[in-house]
Parts: sequence; structure tokens; C-alpha cells
Amino acid sequence: MNNLVQVQNVSKSFGKVNAVKGVSLEIDQGKFFSLLGPSGCGKTTLLRLIAGFEIPNSGKILIDNKSMDGVEPNLRPTNMVFQNYAIFPHLNVEQNVSYGLRKKNLSTAEKDKMISQVLELVGLTGLNQRSANALSGGQKQRVALARALILKPKVLLLDEPLSALDKKLREQMQLELRHLQRAVGITFILVTHDQEEALTMSDKVAVMFDGEVEQVDSPRELYERPASQRVASFIGDMNFINEKALETKDGLKVNSEILGDIVIPKNQVSGNLLNNKIIIGIRPEMISIITKNSDSKGLISGKITDISYFGITTYYKIECGSNAKALSVSAQNSFGQMDYKIGETVKLKMDVNSLVGFLE
Amino acid sequence: MARSSKYLKIFAFTYLIFLYAPALLLPIFSFNSSQIIAFPLTGFTFHWFETLLHQSTLHEALRNSLIVAVSSSVLATILGILASRSATRYDFTGKQISLTFILAPLVLPEIIVGVALLIVLIQLGLSLNLWSVVLGHTLLIMPFSILIMNSAFNNLDISLEEASMDLGENQFGTFYRIILPLVFPGIMASLLIGFTLSLDEFIIAFFLTGTDTTLPVYIWAQFRFPKKLPTTMALGTLLLVTSFILLSLSEYFRRRAVNSRSSVL
Repeated sequence: MNNLVQVQNVSKSFGKVNAVKGVSLEIDQGKFFSLLGPSGCGKTTLLRLIAGFEIPNSGKILIDNKSMDGVEPNLRPTNMVFQNYAIFPHLNVEQNVSYGLRKKNLSTAEKDKMISQVLELVGLTGLNQRSANALSGGQKQRVALARALILKPKVLLLDEPLSALDKKLREQMQLELRHLQRAVGITFILVTHDQEEALTMSDKVAVMFDGEVEQVDSPRELYERPASQRVASFIGDMNFINEKALETKDGLKVNSEILGDIVIPKNQVSGNLLNNKIIIGIRPEMISIITKNSDSKGLISGKITDISYFGITTYYKIECGSNAKALSVSAQNSFGQMDYKIGETVKLKMDVNSLVGFLE
Repeated sequence: MARSSKYLKIFAFTYLIFLYAPALLLPIFSFNSSQIIAFPLTGFTFHWFETLLHQSTLHEALRNSLIVAVSSSVLATILGILASRSATRYDFTGKQISLTFILAPLVLPEIIVGVALLIVLIQLGLSLNLWSVVLGHTLLIMPFSILIMNSAFNNLDISLEEASMDLGENQFGTFYRIILPLVFPGIMASLLIGFTLSLDEFIIAFFLTGTDTTLPVYIWAQFRFPKKLPTTMALGTLLLVTSFILLSLSEYFRRRAVNSRSSVL
């Protein structure tokens, strides 16, 4: 496993705006890597720095151990799928797809073979002569992919490629992109603001805020062990409970009205303990509602104040303790699931292993 | 609402009559057999058009006008492409002010421009000939070229250029394979408008032309001879038709340039 793309302490500013602040990343060969963050966090700028459309103010970018300093976009081993696809409107599908082949010394027969192969790969067989203006959004997306993949780049850069598609098509393309990436084995770097998209498609995700990378991890690690409260609330839902903690050799000891006496293992806690303050995070689906009549020893009691039905799951707002805010709890609507009403008092159960702690 | 739209219609109709009725008199009298330009009409003839074929000074003037119109429209379009390219793609200090100055001939009285150019050329010790007219016309046409090319370049999505670079083309290849084909309708519109403007232009040509007269200057000179008036009318008719065709063509290209935008996304 080698680092195909290395971003070393790269900064980029536009006038007074610091878009990317000293970012370092290492992206493995053949992986699906995502840059995730809210709009304006610098993820697109970082992608454009890798593509060569922007030049860093400081820092270095290496691809395949070669420095990209002063290398023009047309000479980099990268190809890009643009957010608006940038299909050449005056060319047909085949001319668009073969655009980058002109500079390669290939016979017509070789070119034709490559074109039909790549069109088959993206599912556009037979549309060679279709004019660019007659393509649907999904087809334009496929042409943009084919046009880049035919050049067999070392890295394929995707700038929010699915944001212009409707929900159904977007979900279908997410799967297809994932399959495509595995089939061709090319390293993909995807920019997205959609956390679900990043989680379902990627091997690894870098979460960015304000021009800085906050956490780089696998989707599962990101979701279950977010490194900060910001990451935790950007990816999925999480309940946050402010408590006081004491450091012991096993972990952080917390005496909580809602959670009872617990010790959170150190590997589930990030940051350093100052002023004894800790923020405990727990995902809504990690809290389960126990049927009223079962053994209630060691369980937390709460009152349901709100219910939202989402089909697969139901979200409950449950007030626990005297002055605490309501916890979000989600329950799978599987067969035999109890139907609770607003105002009902229920017992809640949660495991200390599913908690995370954030210190200052 | 219906009332006001009725008055608007009447206004628009009257406006068009005042605008075009005088111009329509030109073809009417050019086919009239009488030498005197007055109603009633006396009879139909092609005679005045036939006389056009036998006037060598006219042919000379036409040739001069074509040389000037082609040269100045090409020159102005090339300069217009360069100026609007830099105006739409790059940011630099003094951009706005230099654009304003380039566009100024649009609102400057031509007679001022003509006199000023004349003084400058004489001070520089240059002789007046067709090329001094080309110079003046280029100055006059360039604002139109820039405005047309600005809209063509503004409609060009920058990610298309980036995509071309990304797919391995260099700057030159990108210009040739992407930019040029996509702004081509704009270039055609600019050439045609420039050609039409130059072909009809009198004041600057009058000041800057030496012994080689252009067509409008020739026509003006013909007015001294009342006998030749119907022939001049015939010539005017031909110019009118030519201008109309050229402007329609340029509008067609301009619209195509605008339409190409919607297809980008």
C-alpha cells in the first residue's frame, strides 16, 4: 500500500480569504477517498489544487512521488469530473469521449476500441453520435466519467458529481461509481457536502472545516468515533450531554443524572481534561427503549415528548432527569416493535461502549 | 391595460413608419423613369441600375469601400476578441477605466473623432489614403466588436476550458478546439456588423480619405449633379438591401452565440 497522492502542508488563499490552511493528507493507491465538509470549507479548492487549476501559496503536492510544482493541469496524471460536467456542447458523445486521445499516438482502430470499451463501462453503448445537447443529466455525467476514464489517469477527481441529479438517480449513481471504482482500480478523490454519500461510497473520508482537515478515517470510524463535536454533529445525529468528569486509570469517571455512574474508556475520549468538563455524545440509535414491564434495574426513566415517523425508523424526543434537555432516540420499525405514545413514561438503555467523550 | 396597449401599438406603428418610410422612397424612385425626384411616378425602368454598370469612378469607390470595410472589420474584430477576452477572464487594475475608454467612440460625435484623427495624422506627417480610413473605421467599429465578443465570452463556461486542459490539451489547443468554435457565431456577428458600419460610414471617411474615395463619399459628391440623382438612388437601394441582409445575418449569428449558453448546463 503506497501513498499515491501526498498533500504536504498546503495553503491557499484568495485575497484575504484563507481557503485551505496547512492541509496534509496521504491518499492510498486504488482507494475511494472523499473530501467531506460544509460549503466553503475549502474542499473544492483542495481538489483544484491537486488538479493543478490552483497553485498553492505554500506546501507541496506529490502524485506518485513526483512533485507537482509548476506542472500544468494538462501534464498531470489526474483527470477531473466537473460539477456541471463541462461537456463540450459543440461535440457529440464520441467526440467528447475521445477528446483527450488526440495527443496519444493511436491508430483509428485502437481509438474506436477504447471508445466502445469505455462507453460500455459507463453504460452508454450505442450513443456515440448523440449530440451533447440531447443528453440528460445522468447521461452527461456518464460522458464526463468516460471522457476522464478513457485516459486511464492515476487519480480521478470528482467535484460534487452527483449534486445536480435527483435523489433516485443520485443513489443509483453512488452505487455505480463505487462499482466502477472497484472495477477500474483507479484512485478516486470525491468532493461532497453530503455525509451520507461520503459514508456509503468511500474507503476513507477527510472531514474539513474552515480550510482545515479535522479527521481522516474510515466511514465507520468517523461515525462511531468522531474526533470532535463538530465532526459528530456534521455526520449523522448525536445527543450531547454536558457533564463533569474525573480522570481515573480505567478512563473518565462520570456521575450523571441521566446516565448514572459510568466510566468511559480512554480510547473513546478525545481531547484533554480541563476544568473537569466533558461532553458526552451518543447516537440516537444507540439508545434503546425497553418495554415498560421488564426489569427496570439500572435503567433510565424518561417521558416521551415528541414522535416523528420516518418509515424505516421512528424518532422520539424523550425527557430524562429533572433539568436535562430531551434526548433523541431512534427505533427501527421492525416487526413487533412497540407503539409508544406522547406522554408515556419509558425506560431507556444504553451501553457505555457506544458513548464518546469530547474534552476541551 | 388593454387601453394602454392599444396606444402603445399605435405609437410603435407610427414610429416604424417615420423610421422606414423615407428609406422606402429610395427604391421607389430608383425604379421611376423620370429624372426628377417627385411624385407622381412616371413609369417603371431598370435604366438607372444599368447606368451603375458603366461608371468606372463608382466601381473604384466600391472597390475602395470593400477594402476598407473588410480590413477594418477584421482588424476591429481581432482587437475586440483580445480586449473582451482579457476583460472577461482576467482581473487587473485599470480594467474598468480602460474598457470605458475603448467604448467611448460609441458616444463621441463622429465629426469630433474625424477632425481629431485628421489633425493627428497630419501632425505625424502621414499621408491620407485608404489606410487612414481603415484606422478611423477600426476605432469606430471596435466598441461594437467588444460588446458582441463580451457577450460571446461571458457565455463561455470557464469549466469547459479547464476540462480541455484537464484532458491534456495545452492553451493553444484549447483555444483552437473549444474557445474558437464556441465563440465563432460572435466573431461572425462582429465581422458583419463591422463590415456594415464601415460600408455606410461617411463623416470619418470624408475627413480621412485622400484621393481614394469610398462609396458614401462618392455618393455625396454625386449630389452636385441633379441628372445623376436617380442613379444615386439606385446605388442607395443596393446599399440598403446589402446592409439589411448583412445585419440580419449578424443578428442570426449573435442569437446563435447566446443560445449556445443554455446548452452548456
